[in-house]
Amino acid sequence: MTAEGDNPPLPRRRVGTAGEESLEEIELDLLLTAVARRYGYDFRQYSPASLHRRVQRAMVEERLDTLSALQERLLHEPEALQRFISHLSVHVTSMFRDPQVYRALRKQVVPLLRTWPFVRIWHAGCATGEEVYSLAILLHEEGLLDRCRIYATDLSDELLEQANAGAYPLSVMRRYTANYLASGGREEFSGYYTADHKNAVLRDDIRRPIVFSQHNLVSDGSFNEFHLIMCRNVMIYFDKQLRDRVLELFHDSLVLFGVLGLGQRESLRFTPRFESYQPLADESLRLYRRVR
Amino acid sequence: MKRPARRPVELVVIGASLGGLDALGVVLAALGPGFPPVAVAQHRSPQGESRLAHLLGRGLAVEVGEVEDKEPLSPGRVYLAPADYHLLVEEGRVALSTEAPVAFSRPSIDVLFESAARAYGPRVVGVLLTASSEDGAEGIAAVHRAGGSTVVQAPKTARSPVAPKAALRLTPGARVLPLEEIGPFLANEVAQAGGRGLKGVQGGAGRR
Repeated sequence: MTAEGDNPPLPRRRVGTAGEESLEEIELDLLLTAVARRYGYDFRQYSPASLHRRVQRAMVEERLDTLSALQERLLHEPEALQRFISHLSVHVTSMFRDPQVYRALRKQVVPLLRTWPFVRIWHAGCATGEEVYSLAILLHEEGLLDRCRIYATDLSDELLEQANAGAYPLSVMRRYTANYLASGGREEFSGYYTADHKNAVLRDDIRRPIVFSQHNLVSDGSFNEFHLIMCRNVMIYFDKQLRDRVLELFHDSLVLFGVLGLGQRESLRFTPRFESYQPLADESLRLYRRVR
Repeated sequence: MKRPARRPVELVVIGASLGGLDALGVVLAALGPGFPPVAVAQHRSPQGESRLAHLLGRGLAVEVGEVEDKEPLSPGRVYLAPADYHLLVEEGRVALSTEAPVAFSRPSIDVLFESAARAYGPRVVGVLLTASSEDGAEGIAAVHRAGGSTVVQAPKTARSPVAPKAALRLTPGARVLPLEEIGPFLANEVAQAGGRGLKGVQGGAGRR
């Protein structure tokens, strides 16, 4: 993890005379600057609407009354940092979210992946891991998992730990099973996990090809060349400039004719990289093949 | 606390759940093609069908679309929250989030309204229609605190009065209107502020 350069981007806000900014905006700017300078985690180019919400949430969970108090705690108590990062990185997803995407991965992307002797996959922003394991199950059923290595990364160590455990509450398994079936799954879904008293723990052979590690899309560079990069509903938290920079990072990390998968309401259209990709199948699936 | 002075309407946010589609149709029918952007959080199932925008938009002067991330907010358009995402607004554009459902809802009305209150303050109108949970009540309060105007569907005219009633408990100063007067009221608010977007305004609108 590296800090930003000498000239970190200015936080977004309306330029105005003193007093036009709300106290909360000032406090938020100061807090984000403090965290960036002290720890190298730079959230200043996160999209403000949900950032506001989640920083507020972090403040409440820490039982503090102001963002300034939260800033003080973060500066002086490094152990508070991981909690803060978790608050800022929580996406709540499910296994086989958007089943139609997994159907398309099976039908359209797997045949492409088969053309490579060894397949490297990057799942960027894997959060608690549900979608990575979904992909691993799919690849297993297609007989491809043995020659795949899946790198699943996230900003938050706490979330990675949860993801690595591969355990999900039994109460959500019914919904996941329905998603799995809708995605074209062919097996008995319950065969993929063992149940203890409250959790479903995924099978070892599904978990083994996945390497979980910490990676910060804001400040870390490319670390390999991949045939498939999945980054779904992560860049929705970034402003345009940061989103475009991260798309460059993915471009640099994707082999020619490799595939980039985005969330269902994200698009390469209107980004500077649109010309370098072709939608696979229906563009609404947001699976793009690098063509130049 | 003194509420900031009113300013021209630049954004309307609408929340609804049970019975919301019919109610939304009634409200949106009163809006003309140049009406300020309208962002809508309508509760729907996570596997929601994508035809919702199409169904809702038939025959309207405004164009209804399901939101794409970071889409700019433009007049004459209605921005519908996609299934299984929170819809938020920031200055001039929409934002999406997959953080946890709020009160079992994603999209959540409160999340949309609170973001609009923060970004648009006195330039937003918040409208809460029929809804069967209390989602939206906090949102109306947030818009009110930020100086925006608030409209709550008269509980008697709502298919489900739970949210309107909760909102009025929390924000007694919110304007209460029967469903069919909400659209004309919005059109009138915009027209009075010198905006466009008036479509055949008739008497009875804009009652104060």
